[in-house]
Amino acid sequence: MSTATADHHDHDDHHGPAPGLMRWVYTTNHKDIGTLYLLFALVMFFIGGGMALIIRAELFQPGLQIVDPLFFNSMTTMHALVMIFGVVMPAFVGLANWMIPMMIGGPDMALPRLNNWSFWIMPFAFAVLLSTLFMEGGGPAGGWTLYAPLSLQGGDNLAFVIFAIHFMGISSVMGSINIVATIFNMRAPGMTLMKMPLFVWTWLITAYLLIAVIPVLAGAVTMLLTDRYFDTSFFSAAGGGDPVMFQHIFWFFGHPEVYILILPAFGIISSIIPTFARKPLFGYASMVYATASIAFLSFIVWAHHMFTVGMPLAGEMFFMFATMMISVPTGVKVFNWIATMWRGSMTFETPMLFAIGFLVMFTIGGLSGLMLAITPADIQYHDTYFVVAHFHYVLVPGAIYSIMAATYYWIPKWTGNMYDEKWGKIHFWVSTVFLNVLFFPMHFVGLAGMPRRIPDYSMQFADWNAVATIGAFGFGFSQLIFVYVVYKCIKGGEKATTEVWEGADGLEWTVPSPAPYHTFETPPAIR
Amino acid sequence: MSSPSSYYIPHEAKWPIVGSIALFVFFMGFASFLNGGGWIAMALGAALLIYMMVMWFGDVIRESESGMYSKQVDVSFRMAMMWFIFSEVMFFAAFFGALFYARQFSGPWLSGAGEGGAAATNAVLWSGWDYAWPNNGPAELGGEYNKMSWFPLPIMNTMILLASGVTVTIAHHAIKEDNRQKMVKWLLATVALGFLFVACQAFEYYEAYAHLNLKMGTGIYGSTFFMLTGFHGFHVTMGAIILLFVMLRGRKGHFSATNHFAFEAAAWYWHFVDVVWLGLFIFVYIL
Amino acid sequence: MSIVLRWLVTAYALLFCSLSLAAIGDINMPVGVTPISKEVYGLHMMIFWICCVIGVLVFAVMFYSMFKHRKSKGAKAADFHESTVVEIIWTAVPLVILIAMAIPAAKTLIAMEDTSDADVTIKVTGYQWKWHYEYLDSEISFFSSLDADHNAARQVGSGIDVSQFDNYLKEVDNELVLPVGKKIRFLHTASDVIHSWWVPALAVKKDAIPGFINENWALIEEPGVYRGKCAELCGRDHGFMPIVVRAVPEEEYEQWVAEMSPAPMVAETSEDSAPAAADGDAEREWALAELMEKGESVYNTSCAACHQANGQGLPGAFPAIAGSPVATGPVDAHINVIYAGVSGTAMAAFANQLSDSDMAAVITYQRNAFGNTVGDLVQPSAIKALR
Ligand code: HEA
Ligand code: HEA
Ligand code: HEC
Ligand code: CUA
Ligand SMILES: [Cu+2]
Repeated sequence: MSTATADHHDHDDHHGPAPGLMRWVYTTNHKDIGTLYLLFALVMFFIGGGMALIIRAELFQPGLQIVDPLFFNSMTTMHALVMIFGVVMPAFVGLANWMIPMMIGGPDMALPRLNNWSFWIMPFAFAVLLSTLFMEGGGPAGGWTLYAPLSLQGGDNLAFVIFAIHFMGISSVMGSINIVATIFNMRAPGMTLMKMPLFVWTWLITAYLLIAVIPVLAGAVTMLLTDRYFDTSFFSAAGGGDPVMFQHIFWFFGHPEVYILILPAFGIISSIIPTFARKPLFGYASMVYATASIAFLSFIVWAHHMFTVGMPLAGEMFFMFATMMISVPTGVKVFNWIATMWRGSMTFETPMLFAIGFLVMFTIGGLSGLMLAITPADIQYHDTYFVVAHFHYVLVPGAIYSIMAATYYWIPKWTGNMYDEKWGKIHFWVSTVFLNVLFFPMHFVGLAGMPRRIPDYSMQFADWNAVATIGAFGFGFSQLIFVYVVYKCIKGGEKATTEVWEGADGLEWTVPSPAPYHTFETPPAIR
Repeated sequence: MSSPSSYYIPHEAKWPIVGSIALFVFFMGFASFLNGGGWIAMALGAALLIYMMVMWFGDVIRESESGMYSKQVDVSFRMAMMWFIFSEVMFFAAFFGALFYARQFSGPWLSGAGEGGAAATNAVLWSGWDYAWPNNGPAELGGEYNKMSWFPLPIMNTMILLASGVTVTIAHHAIKEDNRQKMVKWLLATVALGFLFVACQAFEYYEAYAHLNLKMGTGIYGSTFFMLTGFHGFHVTMGAIILLFVMLRGRKGHFSATNHFAFEAAAWYWHFVDVVWLGLFIFVYIL
Repeated sequence: MSIVLRWLVTAYALLFCSLSLAAIGDINMPVGVTPISKEVYGLHMMIFWICCVIGVLVFAVMFYSMFKHRKSKGAKAADFHESTVVEIIWTAVPLVILIAMAIPAAKTLIAMEDTSDADVTIKVTGYQWKWHYEYLDSEISFFSSLDADHNAARQVGSGIDVSQFDNYLKEVDNELVLPVGKKIRFLHTASDVIHSWWVPALAVKKDAIPGFINENWALIEEPGVYRGKCAELCGRDHGFMPIVVRAVPEEEYEQWVAEMSPAPMVAETSEDSAPAAADGDAEREWALAELMEKGESVYNTSCAACHQANGQGLPGAFPAIAGSPVATGPVDAHINVIYAGVSGTAMAAFANQLSDSDMAAVITYQRNAFGNTVGDLVQPSAIKALR
């Protein structure tokens, strides 16, 4: 990193990656960093999934068989934190790293060194978070929502958890800033905003959401920290504060956060469906506006997570109506995707299967979300497994499936090899069947009255919980197929063409497979 | 030297990993410290972090001074700084939000105003408590205290910050006219004002603890007062240090009329700190 | 390929069969026994069916397209990619549907929030992990916690078959008795962390927030026993703080109130909120054996949830009593911990949860059990002196 080497740098020497392990530590290359993010997310997926399997194992039968209730609660908490901050977000950032510069015809991310830092924070941040599991008193056990005052009762872990959140927050904000700068500043001449692929658009909007709400989360947990260690009383009525205030601030972050977990997915699906329908995306402009509306609305609906806290009636009404409104732009997206398929010429390779799986099951999850938005009904649904069913339907076949779809879709471009289509399809079908066995019954037990975050339950819920647990293990272990397919594809396989997919459209399909270490050092011409 | 049309992409970045390790040590150390452990790891982490920043910025400065950054790179930096400041705004928004919530909602509810269970809240749990701002809650946490008056220190501090906004603008005009000498002089004034502000604030805290019995533990008033002014004070300190470094660079002959992004970034940051203070002055001290 | 598609369709056909099953039995929301619960049930079914219809329509179009517009069937891709008219339609139609859903929802919501003109007022306070009920119109108040047999069965590795209980985890020691046909107003609050008092059949779920009171109401139309749970994560034993409401005809209720009022209910260990008054036992001298025996039972009901039945606690979260510097140190400090609690931690003040003799007994027990051998004992009179 001396002036000398930099001085001599010019873009004629197409030097590839530095050899050895340090390549990965020092890299500033968007593709390397993208790969690191994706691998990190995959590892965390198994850790977070392992925790989910502990939860499901305990819930297999009524009675407490395996774990102490406190440990159960900390599994629930950690599972969610790991899945959200350690799997879905990093995976999306990894995809952004790989694809955005290629999609907009830029040479790399705008701030490559910062990019490296954004990634290398993650393993350390999660080391801080996961270290709490090995402390006396165990990990955080107050739910991922960290509600005061319960979270304040946590043992020594509280400070570690809060700093881990700050730590990840630094990464997210830096990563988002980088993405915003890249999209605005690195586009090839002629790549106007309204020519950008939707994945780029959705990520742009997501990045804004992140920059806006991650600091709010940081503020919220900082107040927890001072309430616990420095005598303040933000969340204590005795001092004139309010425990519910934490919830307001948390969900002001938390609701936009769930759209952070789905908007890039919308972008991915908007890339895949046109490719396999061999037809341009229907309603491009309205897709962009719908995404923006969802993002805007996401800032004014947060209290739909708090319908039972005793808000003034007018507040409940406002948040109910605003929440329902989100169905409209989301519906526009769903309809646009279907219109894209309509009178196309469809084939069903693995990415398309996952995209269709997304479409169907995300819609199911979205519709149950709409039910939750109806305040009087939500007062009954709230904090039951109906909610758990809702958000797993939007998160697992939503966010996770979109990531799987993206991997299958772009992995030939990354590795230069085709993945094993047969095993890809098997992966899809096995996952999808088990996934519904896993999450669908949660609607039933939820409606029938099973609260969430409990390690043990009454006899009436026994059957469906057993079914769900079977589904969980089936779904969990079928993800090993995914690992196998990815591994095999990295190792070798049928060589991929430049275009890879017959109906593919976009700049990333104009560079050879595998994409060279540096792409678009001279900007491509845009039609 | 790269041509202005090509985008400078550094290869191999050594400092980020150092930064991650530094933050790791710092956070682990800080958390252990809060739980009753020692402070050494924390200090070590902080030191490593500062070292990392010096080295990283050093690289950037060298690259910039040797003209490797094109206009486009400059734009990236500008955007990054802008959105970073926006993220800081949102951080403060959380604390302002807490202040408004306590004043508009939780306070009145505890004293029985409002629909739903407010009346019962007051009658059954906190009977006889009346809401007023400031307050330390129905349990009067922290005991008797006095409000921090807006006069004389805070209003003085407002003047100081406003003046520093002017001086930094004069310095900016100076560098735009390529008058480095003048820029350094006015920056010096800005930095001095910045540190003067911090000193006044420190004195104010001393007053609060020593004579007003106003502490972090003084209920919601103490909480919001110290968190808002404290984080602001921290940002002023940071901003002043950044300006100090900009000034030192100016003395070394850095910056030109067309190339002085570091200066501008610091100035933006400084204005942001300024604006936050105005919000604070109004909502924490006056209203 | 077509095999794959057939699979897809079968899978989703099955899914939707099960979806429509949701209209019956134990896999749906109970209808409940209050006017509000019936309204909520109706609302729930309405939005459920609307969502089903939307889902079916959307998926029907989609699957039709997937069958017809397949490349393997020789479909040629069309080239349209825009139509302002359909875009407007599919923005407007959902909007209309939403408005149709919002109107009845708003009506129900307004009715739910109207707590005026109540006949009976009950204050419900959540504790970690039990409920405290106070009948504000009469002098009745008591704690209600998980039934002791269930509590024994639910311990990790208890070896007890839980399926032998009809209402596993849904049985309490003291039920909340309420009159039928009266408007009952609930005041919800909590003493430590947030809980949530939820009885599905009454369509009542409201968070119990420490330092604040939330209101709610119910008008029970049929006598019966209605069971519920704490619905907000409140720590280790959140899953084990059930609610049992026994709704009885008005005369029976009056009779129950009359029975309960003069001498507040004295169960094994849990008393009313001013236990000292009811505790004549505090005057006399107690023997060590007597205190130890009572102390053990108090310990198991009130303390073992955290400090564990064997006194070992859960390291890092709940300190061990065995060998604890407090439980083996000066007695005054020990008494203070139980009497006043440790603020900012889960260790609550037990002064108004336990009677003088309970507290004296449990302190004595802790000093002389689990291998602690301090040998001294605490008389109830010593606790009484603190009040
Ligand atoms: C990816 C994440 C994601 C997404 C996209 C959503 C989407 C939505 N969510 Fe969800 N939600 C979560 C993640 C997500 N949610 C999580 C994690 C929680 C729990 C947090 C916790 O407590 O731990 C939660 C909880 C949650 C609650 C609180 C429940 C409770 O605790 O009581 C509510 C209540 O309103 C809600 C509503 C909605 C709505 C209305 C949408 C809408 O955006 C859905 C819109 C989509 C559709 C409606 C389907 C497609 C539309 C059509 C086909 C058009 C036609 C439709 C109509 C006209 C109706 N969600
Ligand atoms: C993106 C987010 C995401 C994802 C992907 C998932 C995935 C899964 N979730 Fe998650 N979940 C949440 C987000 C998510 N969840 C959130 C936000 C909560 C709320 C938390 C709270 O209440 O605070 C929650 C809560 C939650 C609960 C409720 C807990 C409770 O209320 O007490 C349950 C219960 O079944 C559950 C189950 C599962 C399962 C079975 C999966 C499966 O999809 C997982 C698939 C499994 C694997 C991928 C494992 C693979 C492992 C192997 C093959 C074995 C090898 C093992 C090792 C190497 C360790 N989750
Ligand atoms: C909700 C959980 C909970 C319950 C129930 C509980 N305690 Fe505790 N107890 C704690 C916690 C947490 C601490 C540690 C407080 C601290 O950090 O100082 C504690 C501390 C103590 C201590 C001091 C131990 C030491 O070495 O510091 C004693 C003695 C004690 N409790 C007795 C009791 C008795 C007697 C009961 C029942 C009547 C009881 N506790 C019920 C959570 C609980
Ligand atoms: Cu009390 Cu959950
Ligand atoms: Cu939400």
